[in-house]
Amino acid sequence: MPPIVSRGFRGRRRGDAPSDRVPPGQYATDDFPVLSAGPTPHTPLDQWDFTIVGEVDELRRWTWDELRALPSESITVDIHCVTKWSKLDTEWEGVSVDTLLDGIDTSAEYATAFCDGGYTTNLPLEDLTGGKAWISFGYGGEPLDPEHGGPARLLVPHLYFWKSAKWVRGLRLTETDEPGFWESNGYHLYGDPWREQRYWGD
Amino acid sequence: MDALKLDGNAAAGLLQEIFTAEVTTARGMCAGCGAVEPVGAVSLYSGAGMVLRCPHCDAVLVKVVTDGTRIWLDARGVRALELHAPTGP
Amino acid sequence: MAGAAVLGRLTWHLAEVVEIRPETSQTKTITFDVPGWPGHRAGQHVDVRLTAEDGYQAERSYSIASSPDESRVELTVERLDDGEVSPYLTDELRPGDAIELRGPVGGYFVWDPQADGHVFLVAGGSGIVPLMAMVRQRAAERSTIPTRLLYSSRRWDDVIYRDELGRLADGSGGLDVVHTLTRTQPTGWDGYSRRVDRALLDEVAPTPSELALAYVCGPTPFVEAVAEGLVGLGHDPQRIRTERFGPTGG
Repeated sequence: MPPIVSRGFRGRRRGDAPSDRVPPGQYATDDFPVLSAGPTPHTPLDQWDFTIVGEVDELRRWTWDELRALPSESITVDIHCVTKWSKLDTEWEGVSVDTLLDGIDTSAEYATAFCDGGYTTNLPLEDLTGGKAWISFGYGGEPLDPEHGGPARLLVPHLYFWKSAKWVRGLRLTETDEPGFWESNGYHLYGDPWREQRYWGD
Repeated sequence: MDALKLDGNAAAGLLQEIFTAEVTTARGMCAGCGAVEPVGAVSLYSGAGMVLRCPHCDAVLVKVVTDGTRIWLDARGVRALELHAPTGP
Repeated sequence: MAGAAVLGRLTWHLAEVVEIRPETSQTKTITFDVPGWPGHRAGQHVDVRLTAEDGYQAERSYSIASSPDESRVELTVERLDDGEVSPYLTDELRPGDAIELRGPVGGYFVWDPQADGHVFLVAGGSGIVPLMAMVRQRAAERSTIPTRLLYSSRRWDDVIYRDELGRLADGSGGLDVVHTLTRTQPTGWDGYSRRVDRALLDEVAPTPSELALAYVCGPTPFVEAVAEGLVGLGHDPQRIRTERFGPTGG
């Protein structure tokens, strides 16, 4: 039985977003919904670090102060959540992943982002480089809120937002693509919103 | 304690599309800490999918994702689930 | 009454609006006719699905307010200003309109007519809805299970089912209702006027040896504070049933 249409129901959607900015099946919103897979971690900054491990010549590690001392940039991007909302012109501040990977010798073609609380997500290394990804600690001109992933989250806006892992603590470089928390449970391994790659087999 | 957190009662509608046995009273043992609770009493987080977590140790018990037609279920976080066979009229 | 188990897998039912009536300034009760409804138990809920003309869908869970002896399904919905679904249900729906329901759902947070001892119901705001279904079932069955309802609301005018609770708790049926009004109280109010805390529970709850079951429903912080308070007073956690309502439901 096809779903019954409820007269007059529109939902909370903006109808005025330019269609070339909103991928297929998405709806623009002015909110910033909080989605979570677990309790919000609260790692004290003096215990926080970001590491690059796995298929690397040597382990790289930055403390919070060291991360914040790296060159950072302000960027404005559109973000697309697999639950169908898109938010345009979001403003972030962060360190480009290119800066962190600079000088690293690796044969790895993939990476798994790992996080406080145990969340993981996998991406091709190519999608983390070339100015496409950041470790971001600022949103909307303010420090990133814990419920949105603060102190720092991965930001990879060209893929569905589950790839922009909250509470990120590092990258593990891998030779093969290893499905992360959601990718191993139905979500697409790659997740390109413009090809609507939401689930396995899409 | 996260105000966003609900409990297994809110996951039951979707889970009852899979199980014929009643789900909220089904008890499971956490593969992390061994605690036994009914599904109705465990923690639920909703985002891209539903994540049921042990209310004692926060370990992931069950993950559920649906696209409206397929349902993906990972129950590795539960050692075993105790379900009551449906009783007839 | 059907047992705890469910026969067959749940699917979506068509539900047609029969009547809508206000309860408080922010809540309305909607009565639905649901062809093929299998009946339900007090405490169960339904998932509501709305589909827009272009296929956009939203889903929320609502507790069933009506007791099982009614043939129709009643939901009491609180209108959240920034909600996506609740303003549609309270402002837009008219008799004759159709939505989809999946249910009834739940076997853990349901009234137990065999409860051997006192039952303690604790409601925070709209958490009263499933507990009201229990109160109504209890009245319909002329149950003699000693039952006390502790109901936390912001103001007297926010109390849902206020008059009906007043009638049912007239002292003769073994139902006792204790209100606490946390924000403002009417002139001459001599009841509780603060949030439910352990001291309040100590005064109101049955003792651990008296208690058969406690049912706590409302927003997550409320439910957790009450459950923790009861455990701190010596209650067996296994006798405390909880159902959390969340901000995701709007």
